[in-house]
Amino acid sequence: MAAKKSSGSALVSPSNLVNRDEALAYYRDMLLIRRFEERAGQLYGMGLIAGFCHLYIGQEAVVVGMQAAQKPGDQVITGYRDHGHMLACGMSPREIMAELTGRIGGSSRGKGGSMHMFSKEANFYGGHGIVGAQVALGTGLALANRYRGNESVSVAYFGDGAANQGQVYESFNMASLWKLPVVYVIENNQYAMGTSVARASAETELFKRGISFEIVGEEVDGMDVLAVRKAAERALEHARSGKGPFLLEMKTYRYRGHSMSDPAKYRPKDEPKQVRDTRDPIEHMRHYGLEHGLFTEEDLKAIDRDVKEIVADAADFAQTSPEPDPSELMRHIYVEA
Amino acid sequence: MSIEILMPALSPTMEEGTLAKWLVQVGDTVKSGDVIAEIETDKATMEVETIDEGVVEALLVEAGSQGVKVNTPIARISSDEVATTSASAPPPVAPAPVMAPAPSAAPASVVLVDPEVPPGTPMVKVTLRDALRDAMAEEMRRDPDVFLMGEEVGQYQGAYKVSRGLLEEFGDRRVIDTPITEHGFAGMGVGAAMAGLKPIVEFMTMNFAMQAIDHIINSAAKVHYMSGGQISAPIVFRGPNGAASRVGAQHSHDYSSWYGNVPGLKVIAPYDAADAKGLLKAAIRDPNPVVFLEHELLYGIEFDVPEGDDWVVPIGKAKVRREGTDLTITAHSRMVGFALQAAEELAALGISAEVIDLRTLRPLDTETVIASVKKTNRLVTAEEGWGPMGVGAEVIACVIDGAFDWLDAPPLRVHQKDTPLPYAANLEKLSLPNAADIVAAARAVTNR
Repeated sequence: MAAKKSSGSALVSPSNLVNRDEALAYYRDMLLIRRFEERAGQLYGMGLIAGFCHLYIGQEAVVVGMQAAQKPGDQVITGYRDHGHMLACGMSPREIMAELTGRIGGSSRGKGGSMHMFSKEANFYGGHGIVGAQVALGTGLALANRYRGNESVSVAYFGDGAANQGQVYESFNMASLWKLPVVYVIENNQYAMGTSVARASAETELFKRGISFEIVGEEVDGMDVLAVRKAAERALEHARSGKGPFLLEMKTYRYRGHSMSDPAKYRPKDEPKQVRDTRDPIEHMRHYGLEHGLFTEEDLKAIDRDVKEIVADAADFAQTSPEPDPSELMRHIYVEA
Repeated sequence: MSIEILMPALSPTMEEGTLAKWLVQVGDTVKSGDVIAEIETDKATMEVETIDEGVVEALLVEAGSQGVKVNTPIARISSDEVATTSASAPPPVAPAPVMAPAPSAAPASVVLVDPEVPPGTPMVKVTLRDALRDAMAEEMRRDPDVFLMGEEVGQYQGAYKVSRGLLEEFGDRRVIDTPITEHGFAGMGVGAAMAGLKPIVEFMTMNFAMQAIDHIINSAAKVHYMSGGQISAPIVFRGPNGAASRVGAQHSHDYSSWYGNVPGLKVIAPYDAADAKGLLKAAIRDPNPVVFLEHELLYGIEFDVPEGDDWVVPIGKAKVRREGTDLTITAHSRMVGFALQAAEELAALGISAEVIDLRTLRPLDTETVIASVKKTNRLVTAEEGWGPMGVGAEVIACVIDGAFDWLDAPPLRVHQKDTPLPYAANLEKLSLPNAADIVAAARAVTNR
């Protein structure tokens, strides 16, 4: 059997699963994404951010847990709900927020926007607005790793909605056929825009979607950063050792609508609150760390302050960085020789 | 009674082949399904089966004969039944029954004087197909980051035999056979290019690239701009484009104007083998995504190509193929052959036509076209695709913009009729543009 259901939360594990530094780092990284996204939502409301803006709030444990298991050189690629991935990859909050406001200080010089950001330095390959495109592209990154004979793994994230795109399965087939070093991460937040998984997918257990391609799949509690990390370690090791692709289905949840303009009326009114009250990834880490004596309330307060400052600084920068010069319009259409 | 067995066409575009070997002798009794001969084309070796029963009366073509035209009688069988022959192996792309030879845009061998080639450069006769192969092989030798992927490019040696020999030289790491999955492998190619490699993605035909056009446009063409110049996609998408012969509406589409519309792409559509080679080498070296449109009906034609591995033709430069004074004809890809043929016929009528081979559609060399129209004051555009929103429309708009006051007559467009390409031989002929259409348009714009 090439797919398995996880035994559930990693809360049952002993405290030596994670040390103090790691626990603090995960808490901080998730909190940074949360606060960053809240501020982005606020700036959107103020008219400083326009267009489509898809917030990652609620899903923070997925990308932070994955990143914790990656090695330098591993590439990351995702769809349009990408702010969290960029922060986790180490891109600066300033350049991300300034891209959201369409300023020259943005990572794409204001020309990409929320859905189209990249950083060669951080091995982040976008930021793609076409649902599912990143799966083929990410498999191509893995092909490049294989071609070069390096040890890197490509991590390709996509949602439960993209999981129904044809090119995902074209990519699965070639990745498995050629044993490419790629980890596919389905972030199943249960709604493809307004359509629930059950209304769109004949097989709702998405971790089984690789079975006919001989791709090992695993369901993971995507609200638990330690469970994510553990699964990620297995998956990355599998891909890195030449055994081919690995599929992780992260059960997660987005608290906000699909994008800023979505009131999310398609789900039960109390569903987000219920998830937030019982499964919130940041609260989860907080309780876990305090309970196991990994950190103190004081430690967390210091992080809260620190994160607040970083986000405020990013928001300031995003509002003071100038708009791109009109000469930017015709630049970067072609590679300048 | 005896019946004649004719040289069969083994693919939609086959016009002649070599009768490599007879597997029967005079006096042999044959029955339906027996392999009687082996035929070689420039693409493949095929077995010929009889579907008749009887005794071989005569072998009319000697084994080893080259250039045997399709439909030439090759053997006679005595039989009471009516007979035909058929090929036992399927042709590379789509099954094709015995059929009449395809109409040819140009003779099997063309000599062109090329002002770009320094005098004294030794030239060799090469088919356009092999010129493309040589370009890829030379660039793969030169740059270890260049690789080829696509359907049947490796073990099969290319659906149209363009990649013949590459697998043997470069191995399966660099010549990658993909499943039939255009959307997926085009996306993977772009991903590998984003990571810094230089893939050549072959589509069996550009018609199939429609499955992948999202990655060509949304991923490859836009990534450099969307990333503020951080990421690029140095990739070549190539394959035959436009009408072959009798392959119907879904295998005959010319996509020149589609790709020519997209900023971020470079689009090349060469006519002869020297340009095909030199421009493909330039495309592979270019740091941008390039769509390289070939033409199946040109693959088998021999042209003069400068010898050696340093023949690179710059992207974005049109070429005056024939100088003239009365009107300018622009064309690209296979239509250049028709334009040259038309110019010859026009000369006989006392009309001097200048023929410009656009070669690159994006960026379009408007300078060369405008300079020509300023001299001739009249313009006819020729393209194989549909007219509306087409290459001709764009060329005319550029001329209106750059040489309006020099025009003595409204420019005319020659293009495919506004229909899907029909299968029936007569209708197909009616739909596609040819030299006569160009002659008629030229006479109209010159009032002669």
